[in-house]
Amino acid sequence: MKFRLDRDVLAEAVAWTARTLPNRPTVPVLAGLRIDASDTQVTFSSFDYEVSGRVSVEADVADGGTVLVSGRLLADIARSLPNKPVDLHADGSKVTITCGSARFTLLTLPVEEYPDLPSMPDSSGTVDGTVLAEAVTQVAVAAGRDDMLPTLTGIRIEIEGETVTLGATDRYRLAVREFTWNPGTPDISAVALVPARTLVDAAKTLGPAGQVTLALGTGSQDSLLGLAAGGRHTTSRLIDGEWVPNYRRLFPAETATVARVEISALVESVKRVALVAERNTPVRLAFDEGQVVLEAGSGEDAQASEALPAEVQGPAIATGFNPGYLLDGLQALGTPFAHLSFTDTPLKPVVIQGVASLEAEPDGGYRYLAMPIRLSG
Amino acid sequence: MFVARAANILHADLDAFYASVEQRDDPDLRGRPVIVGMGVVLAASYEAKAHGVRTAMGGRQARRLCPDAVVVSPRMSAYSAASEAVFEVFRQTTPLVEGISIDEAFLDVGGLALISGSPADIAARLRREVLRKVGLPITVGVARTKFLAKVASAVAKPDGLLVVEPDREQEFLHPLPIERLWGVGEKTAVKLRRRGIMTVGDIALVPERSLAAIVGPAAGRHLHALATGRDPRRVVVGVRRHSIGSQHALGHRSRTPAELDAVVVGIIDRVTRRLRAARRVARTVVLRLRFGDYTRATRSHTLAEPTSHTGQLLTVARSLVAAVGPTIEQRGLTLVGVALSNLEDDDPLQLPLPIDRHGGAALDATIDDVRDRFGTRAVTRAVLLNRDEALVMPMLPD
Repeated sequence: MKFRLDRDVLAEAVAWTARTLPNRPTVPVLAGLRIDASDTQVTFSSFDYEVSGRVSVEADVADGGTVLVSGRLLADIARSLPNKPVDLHADGSKVTITCGSARFTLLTLPVEEYPDLPSMPDSSGTVDGTVLAEAVTQVAVAAGRDDMLPTLTGIRIEIEGETVTLGATDRYRLAVREFTWNPGTPDISAVALVPARTLVDAAKTLGPAGQVTLALGTGSQDSLLGLAAGGRHTTSRLIDGEWVPNYRRLFPAETATVARVEISALVESVKRVALVAERNTPVRLAFDEGQVVLEAGSGEDAQASEALPAEVQGPAIATGFNPGYLLDGLQALGTPFAHLSFTDTPLKPVVIQGVASLEAEPDGGYRYLAMPIRLSG
Repeated sequence: MFVARAANILHADLDAFYASVEQRDDPDLRGRPVIVGMGVVLAASYEAKAHGVRTAMGGRQARRLCPDAVVVSPRMSAYSAASEAVFEVFRQTTPLVEGISIDEAFLDVGGLALISGSPADIAARLRREVLRKVGLPITVGVARTKFLAKVASAVAKPDGLLVVEPDREQEFLHPLPIERLWGVGEKTAVKLRRRGIMTVGDIALVPERSLAAIVGPAAGRHLHALATGRDPRRVVVGVRRHSIGSQHALGHRSRTPAELDAVVVGIIDRVTRRLRAARRVARTVVLRLRFGDYTRATRSHTLAEPTSHTGQLLTVARSLVAAVGPTIEQRGLTLVGVALSNLEDDDPLQLPLPIDRHGGAALDATIDDVRDRFGTRAVTRAVLLNRDEALVMPMLPD
């Protein structure tokens, strides 16, 4: 195998493919990055039985062939090469990389032991990359991080015709984002649970490339999610098991009080007041006519309070939240103002949505629900 | 530090507790050797102990030592009820009661001289009251420190009362064998005996530094303090637990994963109920295992938020078990235990979303309620039906 590539093209392709390589692979070959060269194309791929990545780039291919080399090492080398054309030449058990006057020789790994990459499922439709990246980031804040409870570490993707709904929860908050896309077939209906970490990474790295193809493989094709854009493909295994059954019921049916607050001011205030909140203790928010008063701490320890202007409709309500959970939601909205809706009890969740102004109604596209901290007395 | 000068501390310890309850409730058993527990000996009456039967001894060995013994099945609910009645007598004696286990407690009677009389009088009255109200013999040791009181009750058993006056402490303590000291187990005893240290008095004569060289600095300090009668620990009411746990010995028969799972389910059911009864929540689940070769392993997992929810804690426990599945298969398992730790009060509490299809906190609360009213067996999990009921030792409230 022998080919020549532009330094930047090589470095980008290798960096993207190597990013999912396992640090401590269960089998040594999984630390490898596979290179296939044929005709005018070179493909770099990686796979750890959970996530696969594949990039195809145009290249001057002198000899076709396939090799497996240490992915980390290749990525480190590619990143450090001078800005000149790179020649890659495989001969027997060695791969030689030359770039300008720099020359590296790497040992190959046994490519025959490398597992077959899952094939990309058939396309289900396409979505604007920026929309996908934003939506995934918005719901991922609520995803669980505890691998002992694997179903909660996933983002649920629900496709109904032109609407895609993403959802994630760690049991204490729930984030749901809806967006429209271009389905392959108008009556498509599908549901999948994808590891949040993988989806975040894929959406972030593929988003800037424009339209992203989403491919949900179910049934005979191993259950996989495929994402592709700009010559890059990635597949992820799906999480087995049931996500939250009938999650829409978790949104309170009734709203008693609605408050609108400027997000940047509220975020800064929550951060300040939370400085005196001990672990497991809330930042308390009391909404009343024209203002919200934030408080934290107790009489036995340090205390803090701050008042902010707020547009409040409905009866006064006071309730306490984990400041981190509150901030995650507020910072995910991406709008100047937050719209908070409460029921008539401080034991029910708050629904946080973004609005453009103090008068605007939320469009329901993104909803972040947070459970309060119960305080007796 | 404040150290009580008078012998104000009582250590009250029921004699052969389970066996005594059996003898109380069945006149035919009185005066006869009684063994509680069809397998391992859970308790033996003093008549059986006279033949060498000891708690935790194998059933076969016990019957060989004492062929005339009457062997009865344990009645845990009767023991729980008896314990509660005895603790009620304790609390009527003094508000300063520190329960150690279901059948023993420390009582601080200092400051009651004008109301109730001397500690010796109080102890004698306590013994009479326990016998009159609950029908059980109890031994009481009275001394200036907890340690001395406990040693005194051990020496006075059965059905005895021993007061160690402060000026007679050394006379009482020094002739006793070193094993009487808290913290002297088999290994420490061997180390000490090898150097000719046989009695508590011998320890008191060894300088603390030399003692530290033999048994280590911490143990050295501890033993020296005890041997010279220093034990500043007070009687503490309502000590809060740091963990709530339960374990289950499995014997050597190999278990299927389903059987093991049922055991874990049973343990989690018990410990989560206790957790909720104590109005606490846990962040960490600790799995303790003893394999077929008697080596031990511990695995634990800490949650993002504390909980008392049976379903969630069971999921964690099951995952921990699954992760050691291959080792269990290889080496067998003779004991499994689960402890909930990193305990916190359930107020303030981060509320969870009701995401579980099958009840969450509401189901737990309902089942607790049913069990409180109609007994633990009134409602149980299907996997636990028709299984050998794990013998649940009665214990003090958490």
